Amino acid sequence: MGKRVLLIEDEPNIIEAISFILSRDGWTVHTHEDGETAMDKIAKMPPDMIILDVMLPGRSGFDILRDLRNHTASKDIPVMMLTARGQEKDRELALRLGANHFMTKPFSNSDVRDHVRSLMEA
Amino acid sequence: MVPFNVLIFAALSYVAILFSVAFLAERRAAAGHSDWLQSPLIYTLSLSIYCTAWTFYGAVGYAARSGLEFVTIYLGPTLVMVGWWWILRRLVRIGRSQRLTSIADLISSRFGKSTLLGVVVTVISVVAATPYIALQLQSVTLSFAVFAQSGAESWDRSDFNATAMWVAVGLAVFTILFGTRNLDVNERHHGIVMAIAVEAVVKLLALLAVGVFVVWGVAGGPAEMLNRIDNSDITLWDQDHGRWISLIFLSAAAFLCLPRMFQVLVVENADERHLRVASWAFPLYLFLMSLFVVPIAVVGLDLLPAGSNPDLFVLTVPLAQGQDGLAVLSFLGGFSSATSMVIVAAIALATMVSNHIVVPVWLNLQSNRQAMMSGDVRHVILLARRLSIAGVLALGFIYYRMSGGGTALAAIGLVSFTGTVQVLPALVGGIFWRGATRVGAACGLVTGLIIWTWTLFLPSFGAGAVISQSIMDFGPWGIEWLRPQALFGITGLDPLVHGILWSMLLNSGMLILGSLLSFPAPLERLQGAQFVNVFERSVAAPAWTRAAAAAEDLLVMSQRILGGREAQAIFEREAERQGLTGYLPETTPEFIERLERELAGSVGAATAHAMIGQLTGGSVVSVEDLIAVADEAAQILEYSNRLEAKSAEQERTARALRDANAKLTALSVQKDAFLSQISHELRTPMTSIRSFSEILRDGDMSAAEQGRYAGIIHDEAIRLTRLLDDLLDLSVLENGQVVLNEQTGDLSALLDRAIGAAGLHDSDLKIVRNRNEEAVMLSADLDRLVQVFINLISNARKYCDATAPELTIEVSRTPNDYYVDFVDNGSGIAPENEQLIFEKFSRVSDQSKAGGAGLGLAICREIMHRLGGDVDYVRRAKGAAFRVTLPKAKMGAVLAET
Repeated sequence: MGKRVLLIEDEPNIIEAISFILSRDGWTVHTHEDGETAMDKIAKMPPDMIILDVMLPGRSGFDILRDLRNHTASKDIPVMMLTARGQEKDRELALRLGANHFMTKPFSNSDVRDHVRSLMEA
Repeated sequence: MVPFNVLIFAALSYVAILFSVAFLAERRAAAGHSDWLQSPLIYTLSLSIYCTAWTFYGAVGYAARSGLEFVTIYLGPTLVMVGWWWILRRLVRIGRSQRLTSIADLISSRFGKSTLLGVVVTVISVVAATPYIALQLQSVTLSFAVFAQSGAESWDRSDFNATAMWVAVGLAVFTILFGTRNLDVNERHHGIVMAIAVEAVVKLLALLAVGVFVVWGVAGGPAEMLNRIDNSDITLWDQDHGRWISLIFLSAAAFLCLPRMFQVLVVENADERHLRVASWAFPLYLFLMSLFVVPIAVVGLDLLPAGSNPDLFVLTVPLAQGQDGLAVLSFLGGFSSATSMVIVAAIALATMVSNHIVVPVWLNLQSNRQAMMSGDVRHVILLARRLSIAGVLALGFIYYRMSGGGTALAAIGLVSFTGTVQVLPALVGGIFWRGATRVGAACGLVTGLIIWTWTLFLPSFGAGAVISQSIMDFGPWGIEWLRPQALFGITGLDPLVHGILWSMLLNSGMLILGSLLSFPAPLERLQGAQFVNVFERSVAAPAWTRAAAAAEDLLVMSQRILGGREAQAIFEREAERQGLTGYLPETTPEFIERLERELAGSVGAATAHAMIGQLTGGSVVSVEDLIAVADEAAQILEYSNRLEAKSAEQERTARALRDANAKLTALSVQKDAFLSQISHELRTPMTSIRSFSEILRDGDMSAAEQGRYAGIIHDEAIRLTRLLDDLLDLSVLENGQVVLNEQTGDLSALLDRAIGAAGLHDSDLKIVRNRNEEAVMLSADLDRLVQVFINLISNARKYCDATAPELTIEVSRTPNDYYVDFVDNGSGIAPENEQLIFEKFSRVSDQSKAGGAGLGLAICREIMHRLGGDVDYVRRAKGAAFRVTLPKAKMGAVLAET
């Protein structure tokens, strides 16, 4: 069983696309669609890395990231942020809050794959 | 026994001492050492000319006849002094700033520098002062007689007359010598003031000495004295309240209006602050003067045979007790009182007569500027003044002769006071009421003068002297309501109270009436403003327009009046002020105004004004000038109003700019949010498209997978297109470029279409309808209407958060409208967001699965507005409810309700 990636994203098609890409690369992909309950999910089953969308129903990805970095259990989990808004200040905010990588939609599949790989190996 | 010769000698010596005092004071002042001459103490003592022989001798007589009523004569001035802040300070300030020379000058100056009013006030003052001067002559004569008769000599009528005449002549000489040395009244008469200050001390000491002698020497101490007073009749006299109030008012008013009081209070005032000291020191002086009045009266009544003249108790009591020295001192005290009053009154009256009567007449006789330029004006004025002094004393003497010297001193004094007080309404009105006009003042003064003459002055000569007894009893020509002592049928009043009441009432009434009915001349308005606002206004509006007069002419004229040195100094100062070399300044209105005021100090306001008027070609301020000034003022006002308006407008603009900026910032934030939103909405389907197309390109998958991913790409491409369509749609709707395609259809069918197109196939949303309600034929752009319905239904599909989502479509009708309500069973929309949801790009929830960019409801509302209807959020107990309003007038073209 490969390492676990938790994908927190609410667009079904994007979930499907990323799941496909990462599964093909050998990772186990778990998905979660709701921002509000994301932390519970992480606590219940800590993943090896997290791909986090910014615009989530219930709670913003930034808030979840802040929480993640404030908890000892989760503060070292690598996080890659995804956003469709594509604003520079979002990137800055994400990196300041402790994201390991920030990726703008639409992305190239190989980019996703490569970054997940590098984060997993780090 | 005091030999008469000794008395004469004492009197002459006293006069010589006064001469010396006055002379030395003048010398000191001329040498520039006038500091202590101008001390508040001297000022206070000079006010003591209020206490004349009438008070010195008469108060005792008054007390012997009428008890404590004499106190009222002291209470009035005390009230005025204590309340100096209210009126005296104002008078002094006005007097100094306007360089007033007399009370007549004040009235004349206030009411437009009116010559007429100056004459009226002068006449009133002279007429009213004449009995008073006669009174002084009488008292001095009587006091001489007392000594003479106490010796071997027996006086007859001619002796009295001769004495009175010599006294009058002596006083005239003294007054002329010291009272007309300076022309400029405002330079003040240091010698005279010093002399009357000395006299003030002498009369106070004399009265106190007699009083001390009476209490301790005759009565045997204060306790004995009080016993005697208690046993005397004096304290039993009735106190008539009306008379008391009248007398207090009268003496207070007279204190302000008496020409001699104006002279010492205002003209001779060197410093406004002296009033502060005088406000307590002078009442104290009055208190001391009145302290022994009652004891002397009581002892006199006890000691002297019945029928003795109580007016002379101050003399006769010491004489009867063999106290010759004290009697001489007392005589000198009375002499002082009389002389100081006569001197100052003569100066004041002479100033008035010369400035308001003689000089104007002289100017008119010469009737051209030549006279002013060539004649020696100073000489003329001084001569006028000297003659006036002689004339005033002559009048006093004549009155003395006519009245026969028989009337009680106090009675004459009160009649005289009442006459003087006729000036009060014009004075008070003039300095407190801007609305008082020349016509009003003239009406009041003349009315007061007539009433006083008829009710008090003429009767004062005694019944039958001027007015026959029958007129007194039955009125002139038998008209009873004109009886001098029962005007308008009012009987039973004390004659004095009656006279005061009517004269003051009618005088004030006419002043007010005349002022209200007349329109003040421009100069009057300027002067009125300066007088009434003397404390507020520092710079007076000049009453002259730019003068045509040459500075040389003005200088020559000024030299004639002020003297060469003084006039040149004024001109040089002004030239220097204007930054000019030499001694001839520009004749600016301001300078002419100042010059006029300087001249007014010598010849009075009216005369100075007339003289300058002649030189400047009468370019005194006219109505036109005033209107010009007013126009200028109006322009300035308008300009400042415009400025104000402008700044208000600028402020408005600034506010608008701030608002606009805030709006722009908000719009910019909105735009950013919108772009961010659009970006999100565009990127999301693009992400799927790109990602799956890459997956497809990579190959290596089952055909089923391939088909599925191609399907996703297709759907997302559609979604992208729809979003772009929405944006374009909204843009078109908002810009009003939409073309409506009107059709007729059944509401039920439209809803069917909408539900079919809302993409409910993979949704558990249950639609609840009542088709019977939906039987409504509509005529509108039905495609657009269906678009709205689709939007509302798919919103319910997207947002209804119930476990078993259900959308009820209800159709209802009012007389005007059809309502189509879309009510779901979810949690609804928070009240604060109810209106927000109709805004563009304002998706309330984060539910990105909503699919749209938050444009749906904005588009719906735009469409409904185009169609003439509306779409609203309706708050219900549960669930989200949207109401589409279809006005029958707009859409109910065909009514086929079943």
